[in-house]
Amino acid sequence: MTLLAQANDGTGSGTTSARPQAAALLPSETPLQLIDADGQPGANPGDLELPGPEVLSELHRRMVLGRRFDTDSTALARQGRLAVYPSSRGQDACQVGAVLALRDQDWLFPTYRDSVAIITRGVSPAETLTLLRGDWHCGYDPYDRNVAPQCTPLATHALHAAGLAHAATLRHVDQVALALLGDGATSEGDTHEALNFAAVWKAPVVFLVQNNGYAISVPLAKQTAAPSIAAKGAGYGVPGVLIDGNDAAAVYAAVRAATARAASGGGPTLIEAITYRVEAHTTADDATRYRDSQEVRGWLARDPISRLDAYLRARGLLDDAAAARLEAEAERMAAGVRDWAGQEATADPNDLFDHVYASPTRDLERQRASVLGGSAPGATQ
Amino acid sequence: MTVDTSQPAAARAPRAQPAVALPAPGAQPATTTMASALNRALADSLAADDRVVVFGEDVATLGGVFRVTDGLSARFGDHRVFDTPLAESGIVGAAIGMAMNGLVPVVEMQFDAFAYPAFEQVTSHLAKMRNRTRGHVCLPVVIRVPYGGGIGGVEHHCDSSESYYVHTPGLRVVAPGTPADAYRLLRQAIDCPDPVVFLEPKSRYWAKETTILSTDGARIDQAIVRRPGSNVTLIAYGAMVATALEAAEAAVDEGWDVEVIDVRSLSPLDTETLAASVRRTGRAVVVHEAAGFGGYGGEVAARLTEQCFYYLEAPVARVTGLDVPYPPPHLEHLHLPSADRILDAIAQLEWDSPR
Repeated sequence: MTLLAQANDGTGSGTTSARPQAAALLPSETPLQLIDADGQPGANPGDLELPGPEVLSELHRRMVLGRRFDTDSTALARQGRLAVYPSSRGQDACQVGAVLALRDQDWLFPTYRDSVAIITRGVSPAETLTLLRGDWHCGYDPYDRNVAPQCTPLATHALHAAGLAHAATLRHVDQVALALLGDGATSEGDTHEALNFAAVWKAPVVFLVQNNGYAISVPLAKQTAAPSIAAKGAGYGVPGVLIDGNDAAAVYAAVRAATARAASGGGPTLIEAITYRVEAHTTADDATRYRDSQEVRGWLARDPISRLDAYLRARGLLDDAAAARLEAEAERMAAGVRDWAGQEATADPNDLFDHVYASPTRDLERQRASVLGGSAPGATQ
Repeated sequence: MTVDTSQPAAARAPRAQPAVALPAPGAQPATTTMASALNRALADSLAADDRVVVFGEDVATLGGVFRVTDGLSARFGDHRVFDTPLAESGIVGAAIGMAMNGLVPVVEMQFDAFAYPAFEQVTSHLAKMRNRTRGHVCLPVVIRVPYGGGIGGVEHHCDSSESYYVHTPGLRVVAPGTPADAYRLLRQAIDCPDPVVFLEPKSRYWAKETTILSTDGARIDQAIVRRPGSNVTLIAYGAMVATALEAAEAAVDEGWDVEVIDVRSLSPLDTETLAASVRRTGRAVVVHEAAGFGGYGGEVAARLTEQCFYYLEAPVARVTGLDVPYPPPHLEHLHLPSADRILDAIAQLEWDSPR
């Protein structure tokens, strides 16, 4: 056998495990879908399992709450009460579907655009918005809900997710990590390294790429020439799954299946969810410079909430009274957020010095004293 | 592994009491190299705390290109000591996630310049995680970096990269100068709740010392006076500690009584020990392999000038590498500080004014 054949065969030195067939790892040509844009059963469900009525209702409820949070946060940024807000409007199904598919012991690794995912995980809106108001960087204790700090550098957290997942394996703990990525982040080297490490380690991690078509202004065609982002998984030995990212049922089902596979030792999955960012990149961005309103209107017709709304109503799982109760719940949440945002910021200058090291150094104590007053540790002069 | 499986409690569990490799009563000093002392430190830490994992490129089967991890995978198993794909950002990024989940990763960057792909993970995440989470997430990660020249290495194998790291708040940066201290510092680094960049002076890997390996002695953040002296203080770290000691011995013939301080902890810096010495001697020379411009010696000189100005007989001098990319092997002797260059620097200090 030639060396090349051995390498391709996976029997080269030190390697004993059989390699997967590339074709078996490739995603479908078109996105899998359980519920279409009109609220009808999707034409291409693949092997996705339709969630039960309770899950579908909860997906709807959380999307309504998340949309209200997102809308109000955008408004708060425009009022100057947040430094900036990156909206996920239009990506609601990804934000909610992926998080509800997780178990309590699992971990979420979000980006700056995933505030709705974080509140869906149970972190309070105030703690979630701490970063964007500017009180501190991460406003919540990541161990409270197993939510990593929102990652602003692109794709670096994909490696943290892979590492945390591999640690779970080493410690014999049943935990899966879910890393949220955008289409732009898949061009970063850390996405490559994370997929590769996770695959080699068979780490229990799921990578969900919310492909919203743009990395700020740069469209996908300038980002990658791959047949799909999900197809890239095959290059790592990772199965790729391509789904309709505006179909909350499909997102939930795909993430649920991938986490179950990961938890049973099957290794990582790369899911690409086709979706759209209805708002600009952030409240500081002007999207009219790189896309036209007709494109946006086309995506509004594929709204994640209205399709699930129609699906539930047609099956008697949602009526006007329930919708009104849900609207009242959203208003209560929004009022709480507004009250918080109306209060003075509570940034504590001591936070500057307290957590740089496990215990502040003498230099930091001197700097604290110089900034905040008080006595410094013995000056040596 | 017999790790507590509750989460997140396990991730925040108090660190196991370090099982110090204390010498048996009546143990005799033994001769050890720095590489074997580091190997022993890793082995003792792996044995003492089952949250410790060691990984990187070629660290398992091969035992590392410098053999610092030799035999560890065979002894502790490939779930504790393992090879990774060849990707430094991946190694550090994964270590961050592992530390979030209760492990204590000790990772190896194969060479100084090959650690640069991990720079974003080190500076944007490893160094900042405790701070950005207000102390909720601590990352007790150790990054071992063989650093510096003097080994006839071709380009990209001899960088002194300490200034990149010391300029990043949140990191501890340490560099041992002797085999015994390599053991002590590495054990302390692994037991430290802060992330530590552990710079190993690769030209000293095979330096020998007859000693009893122990974690007793100086803390991780303390400088050590290696040689007492009365009228000039040489300040060095890593491979330059030996060079400074060599210069100090040669200086006796010139009538100079030279004190040598091993910085050990580059960040945070034990300014107090340095300043106390310089107030006694009145003169200071900082020595490092790295380029002088924007280098570590500038910070040391500034601090000593600020804190010891009225005690100084002469401006604080620096003996450093040239401000050039690291030279090829046949020219590196011109770049690296030598005992002669240090003696020249001492000679140029002000020696005439009365004390």
